[in-house]
Amino acid sequence: MSANATIIEIVLSAILINNFIFSQFLGCCPFLGCSSKLDTAAGMGLAVIFVMGLASAICWIVNEYILIPLHLDFLQTIAYILVIAVLVQFVEMFLKKSVPSLYSALGIYLPLITTNCAVLGVVLLNTQYNFNFLQSVVYGVTGGMGFMLAICLMASVREKVAFADYPESFEGFPVALVTAGLIALAFMGFSGMKIV
Amino acid sequence: MNFTNILIAIAVLGAMGAIFGAALAFAAKIFYVEVDEKEAAVRECLAGANCGGCGFPGCDGYAKAVAAGTAPTNACVAGGPEAAAKIAEIMGVSAGMGEKMVAHVPCSGCSDVAVPRFNYNGPQDCQAAMLFGGKSNKECTYACIGLGNCTRACKFDAMHIVNGVAKVDRDKCVACGACRDVCPKKLIEMVPYKQTILQGCRNQDKGAVTRKICDVGCIGCMKCQRECPADAIKVENGLAKIDYSKCVQCGHCADICPRGILKDQVMPLKKAE
Repeated sequence: MSANATIIEIVLSAILINNFIFSQFLGCCPFLGCSSKLDTAAGMGLAVIFVMGLASAICWIVNEYILIPLHLDFLQTIAYILVIAVLVQFVEMFLKKSVPSLYSALGIYLPLITTNCAVLGVVLLNTQYNFNFLQSVVYGVTGGMGFMLAICLMASVREKVAFADYPESFEGFPVALVTAGLIALAFMGFSGMKIV
Repeated sequence: MNFTNILIAIAVLGAMGAIFGAALAFAAKIFYVEVDEKEAAVRECLAGANCGGCGFPGCDGYAKAVAAGTAPTNACVAGGPEAAAKIAEIMGVSAGMGEKMVAHVPCSGCSDVAVPRFNYNGPQDCQAAMLFGGKSNKECTYACIGLGNCTRACKFDAMHIVNGVAKVDRDKCVACGACRDVCPKKLIEMVPYKQTILQGCRNQDKGAVTRKICDVGCIGCMKCQRECPADAIKVENGLAKIDYSKCVQCGHCADICPRGILKDQVMPLKKAE
């Protein structure tokens, strides 16, 4: 993707064609850990959308107005990690105060977003593609939507698979990984679409 | 790259860290949520199994209710008297000791003695087995089905299927009631831990019918009722019932019961050791 990509291209690319989970394989840890029930998966997806969107915006500002003018581009990764960690902490505090029910529903997964590499991935890709502010935010939010789509699909399938009669040795993660692989195969169908 | 570059990099990252840190500290003040100290202290005392035996949704819910003064301090069955005493100390009230209870399955109809109704090969689930002809996989419609819904519900490894009938491990059981809630036959009941003489049958059929379908079914012969020295046993609807408040646990009924239903739950185990 390049800096002159239109918004619609970015949206389609982030959600379907270059889905963070199924074609870039980023954020697989929360994807597998948090996808056994559909409602927690949806909560996780929403939190990731929020953090990714906000992280894209703030990281773009940090990069454009602090790092580039001072010729400190090489600090991008570490500066972005700092921003993401602070953001997640802030979201946690905010939710604890204003939406305690969502806070207790997300539980341990909220701080886990800090270590979700899809979040770091999206801000690093924004920089790599030379996106402007609007493009960055759109890529961040839709990237999060792609993540939510993936984790909700996975959770729905896993809820069904739990009742299936598969060999005992596949119990737990093996069957989850096979499931994820098969869904990823389906997403390969989108790779034929060339809009980027 | 020269030395100043390194200094600039350190300064910029340091400044960013300081600013973000200050912002977070400020946000923490704004979004400060008061946590009740008592609630956290009470939560520490609980067993943490989230069994739901207290009637609240999980240990956190119970701790919250205790701290708010709306729940009794001795409702944590898994924690037992020790937890009740600790919670009472925190809340500044004296602990009314809850009597330790355990689950009991009033059915002795294991595969050797109860006549099967059909050979069941379906899903290993009591509820599923009940859906097939009749209400049980045994001729006795009151009997334990023995496919282990209670075993799966038990979080304390206290419920086991032994030879087709659920058996309670009295020392592991915390009387959370999870097994009682999932048993489709509504067979399981809570009895005082101290009560070791228990009645092991629920069959209310006529004696002649019971005799045909189970070797250890109560036939309502009234022998126990007549001979109980404490007048604690009553036969109602063809089924002997022990009044735990009157029972002196002399064990006489266990000796005389012609069907071996009234028995001491603990003594046989001790003899085996």
